[in-house]
Order: sequence, then C-alpha cells, then structure tokens
Amino acid sequence: MNASPSNSSDKTSDAAMSRRSFLRGAAAFGGLTALAASLAPLLKLHEFTSTEEFLQKYYKEMTPDDMARVLRRITAEVEREYGVRPHVRDLKPMDGVEFIYALNLTRCIGCRKCVHACVAENNPSLNPEIQYIRVLKMPHGSMDVEKGDHTYADKEVPEKGFFYMPVQCQQCKNPPCVKVCPVNATWQEKDGITVIDYDWCIGCRYCEAACPYWARRFNFTKPEIPKDRLNPDMAYLGNRPRKQGVMEKCHFCIQRTRVGRYPACLEACPVGARKFGNILDPESEVSYILREKRVFIQLKEEMGTSPRFFYYFDK
Amino acid sequence: MIAATRNYLVFLRRCARIAFVGDWRYYAWMGGLTVVCLLGLNAYAKQLVDGLAVTGMSDEVSWGVYIANFTFLVGVAAAAVMMVIPVYIYDNDELHDLVIFGELLAVAAILMCLAFVTVDLGRPDRFWHLIPGLGQMNFPRSMLSWDVIVLNGYLVLNVHICGYLLYCRYRDRRPAKWFYIPFVFTAIVWAVSIHTVTAFLYVGLGGRPFWNASIVGPRFLASAFTAGPAIIILALQIIRRYTHYRITDKALLTLRGIVQVSMIINVFLLVCEVFKEFYSGTTHGASARYLFVGLHGYHALVPWIWTAVGFNLVAMVILVMPVSRSLRWLDLACVLSITGIWIEKGMGLVIPGFVPTPLGAFVEYLPSLNETLVCLGIWAFGLLAYTVFLRMAVPILQGRLARTNEHLPEIQGDEPEVPVSR
Repeated sequence: MNASPSNSSDKTSDAAMSRRSFLRGAAAFGGLTALAASLAPLLKLHEFTSTEEFLQKYYKEMTPDDMARVLRRITAEVEREYGVRPHVRDLKPMDGVEFIYALNLTRCIGCRKCVHACVAENNPSLNPEIQYIRVLKMPHGSMDVEKGDHTYADKEVPEKGFFYMPVQCQQCKNPPCVKVCPVNATWQEKDGITVIDYDWCIGCRYCEAACPYWARRFNFTKPEIPKDRLNPDMAYLGNRPRKQGVMEKCHFCIQRTRVGRYPACLEACPVGARKFGNILDPESEVSYILREKRVFIQLKEEMGTSPRFFYYFDK
Repeated sequence: MIAATRNYLVFLRRCARIAFVGDWRYYAWMGGLTVVCLLGLNAYAKQLVDGLAVTGMSDEVSWGVYIANFTFLVGVAAAAVMMVIPVYIYDNDELHDLVIFGELLAVAAILMCLAFVTVDLGRPDRFWHLIPGLGQMNFPRSMLSWDVIVLNGYLVLNVHICGYLLYCRYRDRRPAKWFYIPFVFTAIVWAVSIHTVTAFLYVGLGGRPFWNASIVGPRFLASAFTAGPAIIILALQIIRRYTHYRITDKALLTLRGIVQVSMIINVFLLVCEVFKEFYSGTTHGASARYLFVGLHGYHALVPWIWTAVGFNLVAMVILVMPVSRSLRWLDLACVLSITGIWIEKGMGLVIPGFVPTPLGAFVEYLPSLNETLVCLGIWAFGLLAYTVFLRMAVPILQGRLARTNEHLPEIQGDEPEVPVSR
C-alpha cells in the first residue's frame, strides 16, 4: 500500500494505516464467515442431481445405448429411493396410430373415480397430491368454465341441474405449451401425445402459463410417494417418478396405451363415459363417435389449439 | 501488446481496489447492502433445498414477484436509452457526460433481471440446456429464448460501451468513434427490443386474455420510460451530493420532460385498457374485474392497484405542473412514479393474468417471507453492483483515477472529495 509522501513520516498516519489494514482483514474474515453461514442450508442438498443426470443428453439426441444407460440409472434410483424394482421402458409411438379421446358428458356423473385412478397409475406426488384431471361441476346450459365448481363435495353425485366436465391435457394438435418451451423439453409425438422429458425441463413454468386448459402441474417440492403406492410399470416419457422442480401432466398413460391398453381413467369410469382409440383406424370406437355423434365440442375451440380431446352429448 | 495488456490489467486492478475504499458512509452503505444480500442468499439456499414450495406460488398462480420484478427491471434497463437518445441523436450537452450513469444503471438492472429469472427456475442446475449449441434453445419459436438472447446481448453492448469509454477516459485518449458509436445506436434499438420481447412473453399467450392484448407492449415501454428516467433523476442527485460530480439542474429537468411525457402516455394507455376491459363486458374481462374491483368475493389485489393508480395520477399531476421544476416536487413525483409502476407491473400485471385460472378457479397469491427475502437480496445485489460501478466511474470521469497518476498515491476514500476543475 502506498503511503502518501506528504505524511508518510507521520506516526499517527502509520497507526491509521495499520488500523485500517486490521479492520479490512476483520471485515474480510467476517464477510466470508457470513457468506458460509448464509449458504449453510445447502448442506441438506445431497441428492439434487447426479453427474450422470446433469450431463444427460437431450432425449431426441440419445442413441439406443445412451437410453439403455439412462434407463439403468433410473431403475437404480427408483430402487434406492422406494425399495421397489421398477420396469422402466422407453416406449416409442406406434406407426399408423393417432390417439383421440372422447368424453360423453351425458353419461359422466362426476364421481372423480378417473381422478383417483390416474393418481394411482401415474406416480405423481401424493404429498402434496398432484392430480392431472380436474372435474368441473357445471350448471346446465353453459360451457363457460368460470361457472364451474372445482371443489364440489356432494355426498351423492350427480346433482340435478348440473353436468360434470372432467378436464385434463387436451393433447392439442397446435399446442401452445410446446411452442413456448425455451429448451424443447416438451414436444408432440407422432401419435399425438404431447410429452415432457422430465430430465430436460428447467422448471420455468412458461408452459403452465401458456396452457389454456390448466392441464400442467409443477413439482413445487420433492414429490412424496409411499413405496406401497408406487406403480412399478413405468415409461421414460410417462409415469416414472418425477423430481423437484419439473413440470408434468397427463400423457394419455403412455406406459399403457403404447402397448395396446386403455388409459387408467377410462378403465376406472363406472358409466362408460370415456372413449379412447386410434382416429386413423376407421373401425375404432372414437372414429365412430366423431363420425356419427351429432354434437361434439372441442373445449375453447376459439383458441385454435385443435384438441384431440372431444366432449359430446348423447341427446 | 504486452504493455497494452499490462496497462489494462493495472486499470482493472485499480478499479477493483477503489471499490473497496471509501469513507465511513460508503462502508456503512456497502456493509448494509451486503447483509441484505446474504439474507437473500440464505433464503435462496433454502429454496434450492425445499423447492419453490417455499414461495407463495402454486399451479394456479405459477409466476409471482420474481417474474414481476424481472419485468419491472427490464423496463429500467431499457430506459437507459432515454438518456442516450438526447445525447447521441439531438446532441444534448447537459446530458452528455451523464449518459454513462444511465448505461451503468442498465448493466446493474440487467444483472438483477438475470438473477430474478434464475431464482424463478425450478432446475437452475440445468441452465445449460438454454445455451445454443450445447443445449436445445427453442429459437425462434419460444419468446423466452428471444428474451435470453436480447437480455444477454443488451448486457454485452452496455458493458462494452461503458467499459470502452471509461478506459479511454482513464488513458486520456479520444475514443475511436467506429469502436463505440455503432454499438450505441445498436443499443438504442436493442433497448426497445428487450422490453418489447418481454411484453411479447405475455402477449403471445392466447389462453390468458388479460395479457393477450396488443396494448401490453406499448404500455410496457411507456411505463418503463417513466420509471427508468425517474430512477436516473434520483440517482444523479445522489451522485451529485456525494461526489461533487458536476450535474446541472438543467440536465435533471431534461429528464423531467421525458418522465412527464411518458407518464401522460402511460396513464392514457391505462385508460384505454380499462375502458376495453370494462365497457365490452365480455367474460374475458374477468382478470381486470378481479384486479380493479374484486370478483366473486376475491379482492386481494384491489388495494394494490388503486394505490398504483393513485400514485401514477398524483405523479402525473405534479409532473405537468410548473411546480415540478423544483427538485423537491420532482423527487416526490419520481418516487410516486417508480412505486406506482413497480406495483402496476407486479401485482397489476403478472398476478391478475393468473386469476381466474383458464378453468375459472380463483386462487389468490401473496409472496411468502422467504420469497420476499430473495427479492430484497437481489435488489441489494443490484444496488451494490450499481454503487461499485459508480465508485469506479466517477473518479475516472473526474480524472482522479487515470493512467497518468498510476504512480502517485492511490485514493484512500476518506480524503475530502474536492470538486475537480475540468
């Protein structure tokens, strides 16, 4: 440190210098201690990400070998975390298949069995519980969702004068959520399902803001699933357990539908209100419904999203 | 080449050094800001461990004060051009030596913006997925990828312009015009783009009628060009008081003219928006009704927005009256404008876009304590950065920190800050 020539011989100035150096040293030490103290909560952060997960490639750029390694990592992680050995697969879309959902609003009684079957199938967090399907209790004569009751707790359903409208991801042909994702972590597959790579999502929640159907859900904290409630039959783009800080949503039960089974919500429906199938197959039930039923609705059609989820009435 | 590198390193070392010296007021100010910064860092560390559940956000209201502050600060950063335009296009002499303070404010504001988006991410460890080439940037489809590009570009432009001009002043050389003028003009256009792109983040969402309105972009610019220069007016007076740097009242009054006109336009656009939302009476006005008068028994934002509207109107009245030529009234108008616009951008724009949800549910939002601490920490960090920039820039501009006095005793900070004749 340069002392000024005019007062370098001044003893008080030297004393001031050393006092200043001391104070600076003390301030630096105090500052570093405070910094360490403020970062102390990070000590609890042991399993945030592994090197392998951190460096994992983008889904569409993975070779089959890469994917095999990733599936092994996920299997090991799930086994360590839940004590259950899962069967995780990377299921690809089938050729000549485009999935369509049709929901009969005349039949739906609002029992929410679909909601709970979905939760049991798809391994979302149970605490806090994440649900992909929201059932709206709507007064007769309106399709305005703002008139819907989200939290009805009637002892018996259906109540006279109301109809019930379950809403989940509409698997749009023109999905606003895919367009806005800054990192391509969500995209539409050729069978029409919009998927999310949970290992690529940065958690900005722009897709959640963009969705006109409020179909997306965010893991605001570490998901909790008791081991006896874990569904071990898993798909990479489907129901494998998610981590804190990523988005998820309905994916038409990829782990079931891509191997020829029905979605869990459909199987749980006690009144047969839910129909699912391949629109490219003219013999399928959904093809028949869209061809023959006179009234069907795409929710918020004016958004231009062109949903693959159709609502219809019988009469 | 070696000598040039050495000179530049000496320059950097001396700049870094001076950031750590000052009188007791400087230490008190910097110490206080550091404490708030660390409190914010501590809150963020907790958020990293427990997730965004420690905030007030939910699936219903999925963006909160982080994104609100981000939006406000993009405006502050963009407003630096309101000093650049008079100087470089209209050759305004009063502002000429002050424009760098606006550009440095832009740098500090952008740093805060980047901090606010980072703390909003659920997986900040995956930020590299955004880097073109390395990750997967969804450009040009995603407006967020545009925002990443324009914000970082604006940061680089301003760092270059400020750094180059300051270094030239330090070396007592005339800056080479070709090496900064093109960048200054690029930065003018770029500044408009950062706020326009940020507006388009919201405007592009068809499912959110409150945001899906073409007036949002113009309103962003009008409010930014009010709040930004208002902040600069206050900052310049603080600089003048503590450094004896020559800043004329005339310069402040030039900025007053900008704040005045922008505020009138801002209030006019607000009237346009309110009219459209309320008079047409469509269901798309639900968010606006929730914001201004409350809806279905929910009215958490009503006091906020009327405070903002009240502040803006009072500020506008003060600004259009001759009384605001006196600095005391001008300062009051500036504080009211800044507060009013900050509320309008946060509680008035981001939150009501989420209420009701696209499925018609009403869930209200209030920032949590932890979330508030993170915000305060970032604001303190921004002020810290701006103070450091000024601490370096002012002595350079005054000629007290220059190449020629490299071998003379360094500024200690507690010597009196004498006005330097120039």
